[in-house]
Amino acid sequence: MNKNKLINQINVYRSVMILLVICVFASILSPSFLSVNNLFNVFKQITVAGIVGCGMTFVILTGGIDLSVGSIMGLAGVLASGVLATTGNVFYAMGTAILIGIVCGTVNGFWVAQCGIPPFISTLGMMTLLRGCVLVYTKGSPIPVKVDAYKYIGKGTILGVPVPVILLLIIFILAHYVLTQTAFGRCIYAFGGNKEAARLSGISTKKTEWMVYVINGLMCGIAAIILTARLGSAQSTTGEGIEMDAIAAVILGGTSLSGGTGFVLPTVVGAMIMGIIDNILTLMNVNPHATNIVKGAVILIAVLVDKKVKDLSAKAE
Amino acid sequence: MQENLVLKLDSIVKTFPGVKALDGVHLDVYPGEVHALCGENGAGKSTLMKIIAGAQPYTSGKMYVDGKDVVFHSTKEAERMGIAMIYQEFNMVPDLSVAENMYLGRLPKKAYGAIDWKKLYRDAKEVLHKLNLKVDEKTKVSHLSVAESQMIEIAKCLTIGAKVIIMDEPTAALTDDEIEILFQIIEDLKKQNIAILYISHRMDEIFRISNRLTVFRDGKFIATKKIEDTNYDDVVSMMVGRSVENLYPSRKYEQQEVIFEVKDMNSKGVHNVNLQLHKGEILGISGLLGSGTIELSKLIYGAIPKVSGNVFVNGQEINCDTPKKALAAGIGFVSDDRKQEGLVLIRSIRENIAMSSLKRYSKGIQINKKYELGQVEKQVKALNIKISSVSQLAGKLSGGNQQKVVFAKMLEANPDILILDEPTRGVDVGAKAEIYAIMDQLTKEGKSIILISTDLPEVIGMSDRILIMREGNVVFEISKEEMSQETILAYASGGVSEHE
Repeated sequence: MNKNKLINQINVYRSVMILLVICVFASILSPSFLSVNNLFNVFKQITVAGIVGCGMTFVILTGGIDLSVGSIMGLAGVLASGVLATTGNVFYAMGTAILIGIVCGTVNGFWVAQCGIPPFISTLGMMTLLRGCVLVYTKGSPIPVKVDAYKYIGKGTILGVPVPVILLLIIFILAHYVLTQTAFGRCIYAFGGNKEAARLSGISTKKTEWMVYVINGLMCGIAAIILTARLGSAQSTTGEGIEMDAIAAVILGGTSLSGGTGFVLPTVVGAMIMGIIDNILTLMNVNPHATNIVKGAVILIAVLVDKKVKDLSAKAE
Repeated sequence: MQENLVLKLDSIVKTFPGVKALDGVHLDVYPGEVHALCGENGAGKSTLMKIIAGAQPYTSGKMYVDGKDVVFHSTKEAERMGIAMIYQEFNMVPDLSVAENMYLGRLPKKAYGAIDWKKLYRDAKEVLHKLNLKVDEKTKVSHLSVAESQMIEIAKCLTIGAKVIIMDEPTAALTDDEIEILFQIIEDLKKQNIAILYISHRMDEIFRISNRLTVFRDGKFIATKKIEDTNYDDVVSMMVGRSVENLYPSRKYEQQEVIFEVKDMNSKGVHNVNLQLHKGEILGISGLLGSGTIELSKLIYGAIPKVSGNVFVNGQEINCDTPKKALAAGIGFVSDDRKQEGLVLIRSIRENIAMSSLKRYSKGIQINKKYELGQVEKQVKALNIKISSVSQLAGKLSGGNQQKVVFAKMLEANPDILILDEPTRGVDVGAKAEIYAIMDQLTKEGKSIILISTDLPEVIGMSDRILIMREGNVVFEISKEEMSQETILAYASGGVSEHE
């Protein structure tokens, strides 16, 4: 019985355990890994993937997927930078990014929840369409961010803690609260577990599905502000490839792609695992082109270990 | 006699961590007999079947096939020894033909490796003919009815040379006519000296077709008896360990005011249905499969779109075109398919029971979890749901307890009108009696129930009034005094002309 209990415990905290193992390896491989500066640096690096990953967790919990997150970030980023360049008003710029995120998420929700188009297809379409909008708007050239107050969101610190890290923490707590403490969170799990049973239980399934895409869009808007503020410019390529990082973080966290089970904490941990791998490879002066090989391999190994643990606990029952 | 046994189990024990699922089980099966396995959900029937079919190993004991000591490591090995199982969920590839499915994994090949289609179709045709099945061997399985698919599963067992066929609730999804065909096939199989292990909750079937039966309770072997040496009450009391005297509560109902009314309901499969439900009444609606009863219930609940029709609660017309609105108007619904439509199997019992009452539990956007837990535990206790904790996953429960969870969810939402679709399908006798008692209790509290069921003893035992549906129309109303299985069947099948 004790063995089973142990396996169940491992089940709950498996992503945290993978993280710890990787941290031990990292500190052995490079002594500078454990310095406060470097750790904050890692946290800063993963804020974007972490925030988008939180949104993606909502979507994946319903059994959906959102491939358009990178393009939403791109559009929100360039328009916000554009507004900033013309008005110089930080709040207008931030409002623009958030609004664009929400609008794009609403459109995604329209295709998926209202029209019933499979999420993979509709968000793939939106991904291409929105990236096209970015290219048309920027004509391919970067839009520099010159207002220091805006840059502060990406580069500033409060009591020594980087602002993006604080934002990630707030978003993570809010997302966790919504999923575990509210009726809407319950609806998401019910929807992902069995859509028809949820509908027959009186849950408004259309609204639930639509809302997760809106939330995801909002996350993209916030992530876009942080990314452009940190880099000091918005480019036509802003956000490209982030969908893979976010999805990978969710998967590393052990959330099932078929929906119905999972949390945001493991997703953030998943993002941290990816960030640390990146970081340690940089510290060890590994060819940056080769980092993807290691990242891909880690994802595959982590998922394999995950599957083995699940099989073990299934046997134990 | 002993050496004739085709299958013998001796003191089989199966333990799961912390649970003894089977505790020294015996079973003797002779060739050419139909041997029924009886027991409530959780008695160990399914574990036993899986062990016999090689899908699960056993902890200790001995198993003999044709007198030979065997240990199966897979279903393939069991099949090689002539033991085949037909599961409730069929294992067929919908896009392949009947013949291909029958010989899946064993397709006849020509010398150079290509499939010998001629031989495949010839062999398949022969087997189908043996079973008197009028199904073309080249038809895609996806084009077959549930009944036909099941027949093909049986045909498949013949192609592997099965000596023992295990049938798990084979009639659950069949109409009465199809059941007759199945029973005919079972008779044919008996003549070919094939033994059948028959699992069913329907006692009348067991008494009709089996030669002997074995009863299990709580993983223990209780008795094996010849059919002619036992009777219904005897078997039921062996199954539950006490005698169940009155499955149905005795109801005395005096008609009260109309609380619920449906006018001119029309949709695909439902034509111009009108009905009235009185306060505290159980209104039975019965008909053959496909007569529109299930569709009607889902129309009222707003689960499927209607073409026209009005619904009134307490004389006021209400809009119930989605389940959410219906529930808000005080209409509750328990689906006939708890796994697909009733429960979220991968979530906890607590979340399932709370699912329809989230708004009531919430202050602002936050769920008051303490209050929720209290309510859920109250329902679990009231309905006597057997669980180890409310955080257990709904999918881990037995059929009867799952059904009670669905009930608990609806009762927690506290509707005045409750629509129940086949509320005791796949539920064991003990839980059945409890569900009936709950229904009776609810009506005493002033709630009204629409009971949709094809189980005639159930409709007669529980209803205060019965409507009969045929081809989407309500064709007859039967009062308490006139109720009999013959009357219902006669009107449901169209044997009697409508009263005009």
